[in-house]
Amino acid sequence: MRGATRARWAVGAVAVALTATACGGGDSGGGGGGGGADGIVSSSWGDPQNPLEPANTNEVQGGKVLDMVFRGLVRYDSKTGQAKNEIAEKIDSSDSQNFTITIKDNWTFSNGEKVTAQSFVDAWNYGAALKNNQKNAYFFQYIDGYDKVHPESGSASVDKLSGLKVVNPTTFTVKLSQKFSLWPDTLGYAAFVPLPKAFYSDHDAWLSKPIGNGPYTIESYSKGSSMNLRRWDDYPGTDKAQNGGIDLKVYTDNNTAYTDLTAGNLDLVDDVPASQLKNVQADLGDRYINTPAGLIQTLSFPFYEKAWDTPGAVKVRQGLSMAINRDQITDQIFQKTRTPASDWTSPVLGEEGGFKEGLCGPSCDYDKAGAKKLIEEGGGIPGGQLKISYNADTGSHKEWVDAVCNSINNALGNNKACVGDPIGTFADFRSQVSTQKLTGAWRAGWQMDYPLIQNFLQPLYYTNAPSNDGKWSNDEFDGLVNKANAETDKAKAVSTFQDAEKILAEQMPVIPLWYQNGSAGYSDSVENVALNVFSVPVYNEIKVK
Amino acid sequence: MGRYVIRRLLQMIPVFFGTTLLIFFMVNVLGDPIAGLCGERRCDPATAARLASEFGLDKPAWQQYLTYLGNIFTGDFGTAFNGDKVIDLMGEAFPVTIKLTVVAIVFEIVIGISLGVVTGLRRGRPIDTGVLILTLVVIAVPTFVTGLLLQLLLGVEWGIIKPSVSPEAPIDELIVPGLVLASVSLAYVTRLTRTSIAENARADYVRTAVAKGLPRRRVIVRHLLRNSLIPVVTFIGTDVGALMGGAIVTERIFNIHGVGYQLYQGILRQSSQTVVGFVTVLVLVFLAANLIVDLLYAVLDPRIRYA
Repeated sequence: MRGATRARWAVGAVAVALTATACGGGDSGGGGGGGGADGIVSSSWGDPQNPLEPANTNEVQGGKVLDMVFRGLVRYDSKTGQAKNEIAEKIDSSDSQNFTITIKDNWTFSNGEKVTAQSFVDAWNYGAALKNNQKNAYFFQYIDGYDKVHPESGSASVDKLSGLKVVNPTTFTVKLSQKFSLWPDTLGYAAFVPLPKAFYSDHDAWLSKPIGNGPYTIESYSKGSSMNLRRWDDYPGTDKAQNGGIDLKVYTDNNTAYTDLTAGNLDLVDDVPASQLKNVQADLGDRYINTPAGLIQTLSFPFYEKAWDTPGAVKVRQGLSMAINRDQITDQIFQKTRTPASDWTSPVLGEEGGFKEGLCGPSCDYDKAGAKKLIEEGGGIPGGQLKISYNADTGSHKEWVDAVCNSINNALGNNKACVGDPIGTFADFRSQVSTQKLTGAWRAGWQMDYPLIQNFLQPLYYTNAPSNDGKWSNDEFDGLVNKANAETDKAKAVSTFQDAEKILAEQMPVIPLWYQNGSAGYSDSVENVALNVFSVPVYNEIKVK
Repeated sequence: MGRYVIRRLLQMIPVFFGTTLLIFFMVNVLGDPIAGLCGERRCDPATAARLASEFGLDKPAWQQYLTYLGNIFTGDFGTAFNGDKVIDLMGEAFPVTIKLTVVAIVFEIVIGISLGVVTGLRRGRPIDTGVLILTLVVIAVPTFVTGLLLQLLLGVEWGIIKPSVSPEAPIDELIVPGLVLASVSLAYVTRLTRTSIAENARADYVRTAVAKGLPRRRVIVRHLLRNSLIPVVTFIGTDVGALMGGAIVTERIFNIHGVGYQLYQGILRQSSQTVVGFVTVLVLVFLAANLIVDLLYAVLDPRIRYA
């Protein structure tokens, strides 16, 4: 009861602060504490699906909070996606397999505890251990000893990764189980952040109010409805918050969030609903952001089904890819919030990072006649009809799946060649995909974990990789990926990955459809709003007018 | 009367078991919830197995159901997938939805019955025809259209209300959502009252009351209305449960974090603990509302007795 009263009081205070912000535009630094550097930004939010633990958060809503509350060894530049040392002083390796990590010694958690090498090692051991049920445990799979603390089945024999050793308070060493030259670049992912002792000693209290080392601290968190984050004034990093704090509000529907934005009750919406895309220019003008994100959408095929794993089926898949009019669909259905894909990565990687426009070649260009010819040469669609499965509950997939089917049917001159196959819920859809129950194609999407070309290829197409749901397998591809990982020179590693990607173009195990953009809109009381390469707003740089 | 209540309460027990059993198995056949928890990528098998055993999903469904029922009697409704206790979710969601329902019911009673009385007494006059057409429109237009329209006009265009309700959901913010939620039932209440009043207005006891020279107000309120209310009360009673469960649309539009929202999330994430828990409580509310309605009959019409 007391808790409730306090929460109400806090929200009341926030409401007052918000009102002050709203009318703070006129008086410059009038001492109200509402606008300017102390202004509070309100932003839309969704209920996180999992408890807020760094190694247990695999979706964007929880990730948003971790991004504000935590900093790791490495941080990705919000514009270029390049990995830059943050807490790490240096990460050295002579053989791409044994790494020595030295950290800066001025970092602390917001409760005053020092960030040491031990804070990292303990956190990683916790994240990897099977007994803690962390959904992102596989991020630690390259560290030596992972198969002992997290075996495929059965129970763990030890609970610490043998590859991690603390040398002194600011140094620790990591031994990987295989060569992986780009491994330091993966360390910007939230699963690799350090954790304070309070996390282990009083886990429940920590979960109800996480303590981190980032630019914000959590002032109050009422599960399922809101979280108030405030700037941490003693934050040791260079990217201090430019505002007084962020109030995240959970919305039942992103349409309501958008309505609240247009009515002036909300400062930032980081997911403009598809139904509003037509009005967004008129409503927001240049306060609408539509920038590429590290997200690609594809059509996957079941290679565990004999009919799809034949030489002829390669031609069929290439033909199907040619039959899809990507330009028209991204224009008309997505209002240009997607970009037609012509490789298997994402433009956010940049040329240097491995993105190569047109790598897919003519297979990804719309060509009605060519498509029909190829599919006929390949022996036609296995089973005579292509079924594209999708989940009907969220994401409005029906529209584009129907459009893709129309496009294919048009090319083949047969209006039964392709049909959509809706599955009720996301959970059911995923369970059918991951247990190999589907016999036709299905929609797939991949959001990168870290801006590396490796992340767009290995987890998805390597033999038996965790997200290789279609069970595609190609020795040449696997060999090139291994070779790329062992490469000590980054540029060489990237180009070897691109060689592997060319095999995808020849074999077409999945059809690339389009790159997804992040979209956001903001009110005229804030400025300097941008989305990072993960399409999460760069909260700490938002300024309140 | 006492025995009647006890008998009714005993009848609720099989209904309770039947509904929980049905809901439990219906949610269970929807698929593997763990697959949805890991997002677009597959859970690694070891973690998936551990999660399944933590939530008891690795056991046969009947065993899960028995464990679940056992827990309910100790007040433990289980844990939702995001780590929240379902009982805590209920503690947050039900007060909000109850407030919203009360607002809606008050609208139904005050506006619905008044309009019904007015039109019932003036049958065939312009006001009667006008209200009839109006109720027809309200019944015909889906709730989400009314809701979105009011939200757009009052919230965005004219700025009279806030388009979304804050998490604590104070009563003043719930007035418009409550009106939207009540709208269709309100129209039915109006029509029911009107018909009932119109029928009874020609009854002997009303003529007698008028002949005795009683004031018109007393004739209408004490004699005519009281006797005409039985069908209306029945409708409103059953409507309590329907409103609480059916608030999903209204709650989504106005960002109300109530029962509808939690149920929606629970179904999307296949969190059987959340769905079954909430539906169980809704069933109990529904049963209790029905009992109260039956008991109210005796108050309205003393000729009705219970054995």
